[in-house]
Amino acid sequence: MAVSAPGRARVVLAKPGLDGHDRGVKVVGMALRDAGAEVVYLGLHVSPEQAVAAAVAEDADVIGLSVLSGVHLAVTEALVAECRRAGLDDVSVVVGGTIPPQDVPKLLGIGARAVYPVGTPLGDVVSGVLGIVDEKRGVS
Amino acid sequence: MTDLFTDSGIELRPFYDEDSVGSDLPERLGEPGHPPFTRGAYESMYRGRLWSMRQYAGYGSAADTNARYRYLLSQGQTALSVAFDLPTQLGFDSTDDRVASEVGRVGVAIDTVEDMEMVFDGLPIDQLSVNFTINATAPIILAFYLVAAERQGAAMADVAGTLQNDILKEFLARKTFIFPPDHSIRLVADVVEYASAELPRFNGISITGYHAREAGCDAIQEVGLTMASAVAYSEAFRARGLDFDFFAPRLSFHFASQLDLFEEAAKVRAARRMWHRIATERFGATKEASARLRFFSGCSGATLTAQQPLNNVVRSTLQCLAAVLGGAQSIHVMGYDEALEIPTEESVRLALRTQQIIAHESGVAKVVDPLAGSYFVESLTDTLEERAWALVEEIDAGGGYVSMLAEGIPQRWVAEAADRYERDVAQGAKIRVGVNKYVEDDEVAPPLFEIDVEAADRQRSTLRRRLAARDEKPAAEALSALREVLKSDDNAMPALLHCARSGCTLGEIADEMRAVFGEYREPQAW
Repeated sequence: MAVSAPGRARVVLAKPGLDGHDRGVKVVGMALRDAGAEVVYLGLHVSPEQAVAAAVAEDADVIGLSVLSGVHLAVTEALVAECRRAGLDDVSVVVGGTIPPQDVPKLLGIGARAVYPVGTPLGDVVSGVLGIVDEKRGVS
Repeated sequence: MTDLFTDSGIELRPFYDEDSVGSDLPERLGEPGHPPFTRGAYESMYRGRLWSMRQYAGYGSAADTNARYRYLLSQGQTALSVAFDLPTQLGFDSTDDRVASEVGRVGVAIDTVEDMEMVFDGLPIDQLSVNFTINATAPIILAFYLVAAERQGAAMADVAGTLQNDILKEFLARKTFIFPPDHSIRLVADVVEYASAELPRFNGISITGYHAREAGCDAIQEVGLTMASAVAYSEAFRARGLDFDFFAPRLSFHFASQLDLFEEAAKVRAARRMWHRIATERFGATKEASARLRFFSGCSGATLTAQQPLNNVVRSTLQCLAAVLGGAQSIHVMGYDEALEIPTEESVRLALRTQQIIAHESGVAKVVDPLAGSYFVESLTDTLEERAWALVEEIDAGGGYVSMLAEGIPQRWVAEAADRYERDVAQGAKIRVGVNKYVEDDEVAPPLFEIDVEAADRQRSTLRRRLAARDEKPAAEALSALREVLKSDDNAMPALLHCARSGCTLGEIADEMRAVFGEYREPQAW
C-alpha cells in the first residue's frame, strides 16, 4: 500500500470507557503500521483528556476509538468536545467497533470523521484513515 | 494438489487409515468416564443427562434481567448464565459518574445484595445451576449470591453453579482486571478455598481458553494456554497449603467452539487427556475426580458476521454440534444478531432452540463419544495434544505462565494470531461467506434489541434510595474489618459475606481492595 506523503500518517488509537475487547484495535494498528503509518496505541480505559494529550504530544492526524461495549455515542461525544476545548481542529476522530447501522449517522453528526462498524473490511479501514490524512495534507 | 490445513494449521492428508493412529489407541482412549477421560467426563454422558443449556444473558436493571431469566426458563432452558455490566465487572457502583453510560449496557448492574435478590426473585436458587461471568470482582459477587441464597432459605450444600473467577485470562485476553496479578491470584484462591470447603456443588473457578480464542489464538494455543494456566493456579493453591485433591475435583474449564467441526471436537478430547496427565503426573492426584476435566462450551462470537446475519444461525449450529461431539457439560449458543447488538428475545430463543433440536432431533446425543475410533479424529486428537504440550513446555521453560503474562508475551502470541487471520480473510485465503465471498450489496439489518435508556437511571435511583435507608455504622464497620483481612493472609470470604449482609455496595468493597492492593496497568502492546 502507498505511504502517505509528505511524511508518514500519524495515528493515535485508544480504547475509551471500560471495554476490554482489544483484538480489533490491535489488528487495525498493525495493518496501519504495515501501510506506513506511525501508530501509537494508548491501551485500555483511555479518558478523552488522555487521548487529546497524546494526540498533541504525537502531533497526530487522526485519533481512532475502538468501542465494542455499546457506548460509542457517549465516548465519541466526549472526545470530540475535548478536542474542541483543546483547539485540535486539524485532528480527525474516527470510530470503529460493534456499531449498529442506525448509529453511524449519529456518530457522523456528533463529529466523527468516519465510522467503521464491525464487518468493515480491514483494507477499507486502512485506506479510509490514510485517505483522511492525504486529504488533510493536500495529496490527491 | 493444494495443501489443506485445519484452522490451527495442522496439515491434512487426503484420507486417514489405521497407520494414522498408534497401536496403543485403546490405552490412550480408555472408556468414557474413566482415565484418561479422552472419551468423556462421565460414563453415560448425554444418555444419563443432557448438557446444561445455559444461554448467557443479562442487561439493564436487576428486574429486567429477572424477567429475561423467567422467559428463558419458561422456554426450556435448564440453567442460567449471568452477564454483568462493565461497572460491576470493574468494581464501580452505578452512581459513579465515571461509568454513567456503561450502566446496564452489556449485562446486569449489581450494586448491592438486594440487586442479586431481585435477579433471582421467584427463582429458587437451591434448584438452579448458575454460571457467573465475573472475575476481578468475583469474590464480591459470590458473597452477594450466597447471601441472596441464605435469604431465600437455601442450604449452602444446594448452591450449584460456576464462578468464572479466572483472572489470568483477563490479563491475557478479556481485560477486566483491576488489581495486580499477585493480589488477584490471592483473591481467586480465597474463593476456591472457600468453595471447596463450603459449597460441594459449586465450581469456584472456570479455567478458560475461550477468551484467548475469541481474541484470535488458534485451537492449539487455546488448549496449551488453558493447561498452562491450570498448572499456574494449581501451583498457587498448593503454595498456600491446599492439597491438590482438595480443590482439583471442583476445578472446571471453559473452551470455545468454533467452525472447524472435527478439530473442535478433537480439541476437547485432547484437553481431557492432557489434564488427566497433568493432574496425575505433575500433581500426584489420587482422586479420580481430580483428573476429570469438565467444561462449559461457548459458541464463538468472533466467527459471527455482521453481513447476512441469518448465516450466523448455521455457524452456531455447527459450533454447538462440535461442542456436543466433544462432550461438553454445558453449552451457550450465540444469538445470530450479536455481531451488531446484544440479542433480541427472538434471537435468544432461536439459539436455545438450536440446542434443543441438536439434543432431541439430531440423534447425536444417543451415543457416547461417537467420533472415537475415527482414523481422522484420533489422529487430530493426537496432533493437537502433541502441539499443545509443546506450548505448555515452552511456557514452563520461559519461567511459567504468570511471569510470561507479566512480560506480555502470550498477549503478543494472541494478537499475532489475530493479525494472521485477518490477513487471510483480507487476501481471500480464508473464505468467509457473505464477507469476502457471496457478498450481497443491498443488505438490510435485522430488527435489533432496543436499549432501554431509562434502565440505568432506575438502577441509580434504587441504589440512592437504599443508601439513604442504610444503617451506616454496621456498613462502615464491615468495610474496615474487610480492610484488615485484606492486609492479612486470611481468607477474605467471611469478611465479604459480612459486608454483603451489612448493605455495603460493590463499589465500596472494590475501593477497599484498591486501597490495599493497588491497580494494574498492562504492559504496552507494542
